[in-house]
Amino acid sequence: MLDDFFIRALIAGIGIALVTGPLGCFVVWRRLSYFGDTLAHSALLGVTIAYSMELNIAVSIFLISSLIALILIHLQRKTNLPSDALLGLLAHSSLAVGLVVIGFLTFIRFDIMGLLFGDILAVDKNDLIIIWFGGGLILLVLKFIWKPLFASTVNYELAEAEGLNPDRAKAIFTILLAAIIAISIKLVGVLLITGMLIIPTAMARNISDTPQKMVVFSIIGGLLSVFIGLFSSLEFNTPSGPSIITAALLLFIISLLKIKQTIQLKN
Amino acid sequence: MSTENNILVKLDNAGYKQDNKWLVEGVSFTVEKGKIVTLIGPNGSGKSTTAKIALGFYKGIEGQVEKFTNKIGYVPQKISIDWTLPLRVNDFMLLTDKLSDDVVDEALKSTGVYHLKNKNLGNLSGGEFQRVLLARAISKKPELLVLDEPVQGVDFTGEIEMYELIKKISANLNCGILLISHDLHTVMSATDYVVCLNGHVCCCGSPTEVAFNKEYKALFGEQASKTLTIYEHKHDHVHTTDGEIKKN
Repeated sequence: MLDDFFIRALIAGIGIALVTGPLGCFVVWRRLSYFGDTLAHSALLGVTIAYSMELNIAVSIFLISSLIALILIHLQRKTNLPSDALLGLLAHSSLAVGLVVIGFLTFIRFDIMGLLFGDILAVDKNDLIIIWFGGGLILLVLKFIWKPLFASTVNYELAEAEGLNPDRAKAIFTILLAAIIAISIKLVGVLLITGMLIIPTAMARNISDTPQKMVVFSIIGGLLSVFIGLFSSLEFNTPSGPSIITAALLLFIISLLKIKQTIQLKN
Repeated sequence: MSTENNILVKLDNAGYKQDNKWLVEGVSFTVEKGKIVTLIGPNGSGKSTTAKIALGFYKGIEGQVEKFTNKIGYVPQKISIDWTLPLRVNDFMLLTDKLSDDVVDEALKSTGVYHLKNKNLGNLSGGEFQRVLLARAISKKPELLVLDEPVQGVDFTGEIEMYELIKKISANLNCGILLISHDLHTVMSATDYVVCLNGHVCCCGSPTEVAFNKEYKALFGEQASKTLTIYEHKHDHVHTTDGEIKKN
């Protein structure tokens, strides 16, 4: 069964959607969407380093993204630049450096489109192991830091006053973000992984009134996006990442109708 | 009365410096079980900073801070809840601790916001939210309660109610309360100790020692002083605009 590339892509997609659901909620709640973007941009540099030094791609992306996150935290402390400027600086410079390095690696055949937008044909059995094992680990760690992370998302000072450790939770969460980007790059691509984190969550926000519901709907939205996206990718021969994100967008638009209905009911 | 065992937090000549500028310095006081300590002073006088020093938020403070309890309830001054988060009052009450429904209900009832239990936090008014914050802080049966301007945004009658409530909490839970007010004129008579801050301790002592004054009695009468007192004292120095302190 796993010999069929489509089944592999589907299993990979399910694994990723299960993780991006809850992580995406925190990205939206903590207003980290551009931060996620920056980490994803730096992933390209991770890929080129993986190729030139013959490392595992996921491991290399994970390391580079974590490094970029650390640099960001350092720059936030040391400079007077606003966070969005620093994020832009890191996102585009790491993307540019990544592309320059690719220019030097002429001896390697390189599917840059697949890297940027995902390629379902590229998902192999090793990737499945990384996605499900890594994804499981991410969820496990997230469960462990859920309380301090969630409490500090609501209010940092309350969490700190009540003896939780918000800074540690935040640092661990950053690493989890780097990890999900690393494991989902083949399916969704560098440029679209943030969309996978945010759009199903945005859809979920429209139809939820508690954080728990939002997480659940976010996961369901992600799963539906993966199913619809991958089937249409197969049907219309479109790249997998954009197809999944387009599907997520459609779900978001449908969720807007639900808001309209509730507003009308209230009136 | 004041034995060592009753001390919850003790500041000894404590201060905090940020970017080479003292936010507050040389603060000493203790909060004991069942006692209310009030910090007063104008904006930017270091009241919230002092509270945060007492809570242990800062690293690298000057002086000594000793905390003898970890059961702390805190109502921060400025709280911005991100409304991208769908959160009901009930979820908010259970944010950091698992509390039984009865405990939550009781706390919400005591601050008069039980009817809001299933409302979304984003739909509350400032005053309602402040009451929810207080309910949340007392629901944990804390030993030390730090209230940073707990009545901001509460209407006038509500304000007196809230101060009465704070008195009651202190008595019922036998907890120490560190209360902050920027309002020099409204200090509770139930306060056991007043610290007047302006970047440093201007003066401190019991309300009668420091704050109670004959003119006030003449103006408002004995009865009013049981709930509210006007705080007045003679300053032996003035603060210039560049933060220097000049002795008179």
